[in-house]
Amino acid sequence: MDTYSALRHFADSWGLLAMFLFFVGMILWIFRPGAKRSHDDAASIPLRNDTAPAAARAPEAPAQK
Amino acid sequence: MLNYIKLIVLAGVALFALIAANYARDVAYMVNALTIFLITAGLFLWTLRNTDEPVPPKVRELSYMDDVVRAGVIATAFWGVVGFAVGVFIATQLAFPALNFEWAEGYANFGRLRPLHTSAVIFAFGGNALICTSFYVVQRTSATRLWGGNLAWWVFWGYQLFIVLAATGYLLGATQSKEYAEPEWYVDWLLTVVWVAYLLVFVGTIIKRKEPHIYVANWFYLSFIITVAMLHIFNNLSIPVSIWGSKSVQVFSGVQDAMTQWWYGHNAVGFFLTAGFLGMMYYFVPKQAERPVFSYKLSIVHFWALIFIYIWAGPHHLHYTALPDWASTLGMVFSIILWMPSWGGMINGLMTLSGAWDKLRTDPIMRMLVISIGFYGMSTFEGPMMSIRAVNSLSHYTDWTIGHVHSGALGWNGMITFGALYFLTPKLWNRERLYSLSLVSWHFWLATIGIVLYAASMWVTGIMEGLMWREVDANGFLVNSFADTVSAKFPMYVVRALGGLLYISGAIIMCYNLWMTVKRAPAVEAETATAHATPAE
Repeated sequence: MDTYSALRHFADSWGLLAMFLFFVGMILWIFRPGAKRSHDDAASIPLRNDTAPAAARAPEAPAQK
Repeated sequence: MLNYIKLIVLAGVALFALIAANYARDVAYMVNALTIFLITAGLFLWTLRNTDEPVPPKVRELSYMDDVVRAGVIATAFWGVVGFAVGVFIATQLAFPALNFEWAEGYANFGRLRPLHTSAVIFAFGGNALICTSFYVVQRTSATRLWGGNLAWWVFWGYQLFIVLAATGYLLGATQSKEYAEPEWYVDWLLTVVWVAYLLVFVGTIIKRKEPHIYVANWFYLSFIITVAMLHIFNNLSIPVSIWGSKSVQVFSGVQDAMTQWWYGHNAVGFFLTAGFLGMMYYFVPKQAERPVFSYKLSIVHFWALIFIYIWAGPHHLHYTALPDWASTLGMVFSIILWMPSWGGMINGLMTLSGAWDKLRTDPIMRMLVISIGFYGMSTFEGPMMSIRAVNSLSHYTDWTIGHVHSGALGWNGMITFGALYFLTPKLWNRERLYSLSLVSWHFWLATIGIVLYAASMWVTGIMEGLMWREVDANGFLVNSFADTVSAKFPMYVVRALGGLLYISGAIIMCYNLWMTVKRAPAVEAETATAHATPAE
């Protein structure tokens, strides 16, 4: 098989399947139980560390609440 | 020690640039070589004077690297006005062809100025906005200083050099004739080096982050940086005819070249003008609304769906060409599927305001950000519709396409950048607030009315010329000549130029406002400054 046909065959079979599975896996992963807490934490990242890096603060104050 | 290596490299480049200018086969190449010579020679002297001087103490990790972001804000505003000005001028040239002056023929006619306009607004204005906001956002959301020290400055100045070389090259006739990829081979090489440094700075900062999670805005920025690198390299695979000339020959030819070009071209829209700017949306909208994004889950789905789908949409630029039907159908189908992630992202941005809608009334910056998301939704609705083969047969090659591009570029990219600049300037120059909010309102309305005039006139003229081109009489002969459509478009062209004039007036007001903010607005008092630095527990 020439390169084009081989790549074409891979793209519409295993390549497609791999991407589809990755995508479905990603959706399932973000809806996993217990994800809400880490998502809420991530969503509030922009609202902290506005003026100075974490290193500038006292070491006992961790980045996340 | 490092300075000695720098001196050797700079001297080498300067010498080579002089030799190149001497042997130059075309004017563009010679001017670019002389530009590089002047810059490297200047840098050589500057480095020489600073060599073996006492070294200032190294900056500790206790503050953000904001000086490069400040420079980026200035560059963004500057290139924005330049790009808009060229745009208004070429719009006027289309309405009044006499403005293609006889004495400037070959340098300042429409054909030479048009790529200057597109590159100035997309790469100079948009690119600087992306680089400076990404540097700002990645530091804040990683709670750490930029990685790589002065490498960020190399990214900034290297990118400005890329812009200057490309722009002077266009005016003097150096072009690959590929839309949005006009710069010739050596300018492409420079951009590749700058872009790799950009990737290193960005990834380096993410790796040393102090937050456990990589905030979604950084995912969008990172996908933009990586994809643009990939697109840029593949679409610019060309062999220089001579090392002493700007001309190069593409490695691909025919329909493969066309497909590579539009794979590049559409993903320049998808990843440069969309993914990168969505990174801005996911940071600045929550910041200005002072509340987290509506749904973090949705933002992750938005990200993966967008990057998985956008990359396939390019072939819709090649309907009814030598490209096989299955390929253009694939592009069309993926363009239509794009409705979902685009509108998901738009809803996510807009709903971030839920519970804070009153800010729309009181905060003109918020209004600017929200209308940019509105235009994002509008142009991502229009785009998939225009990619449908039947609609495309009417819209392609007409001004409708130009109207579509501008509702996206002026509305979405422009407005969100203005919002970000208004947000950033007081923060970066340590000012309590902007100089004038009523000037922001003026900017908002001038820009909005300008876009409406632009888009509406281009819809009318685009659909009109599309219909005129396909009109046949009872015997099957075409009714209109091309010149008939040109003269019919005149009033709409005047309206379009007027819209552009309103838009640039708003941008000039913004520059004045930002300048006065730095000069006149009250500084943040030291008390409140330290109060802000303590973490909110």
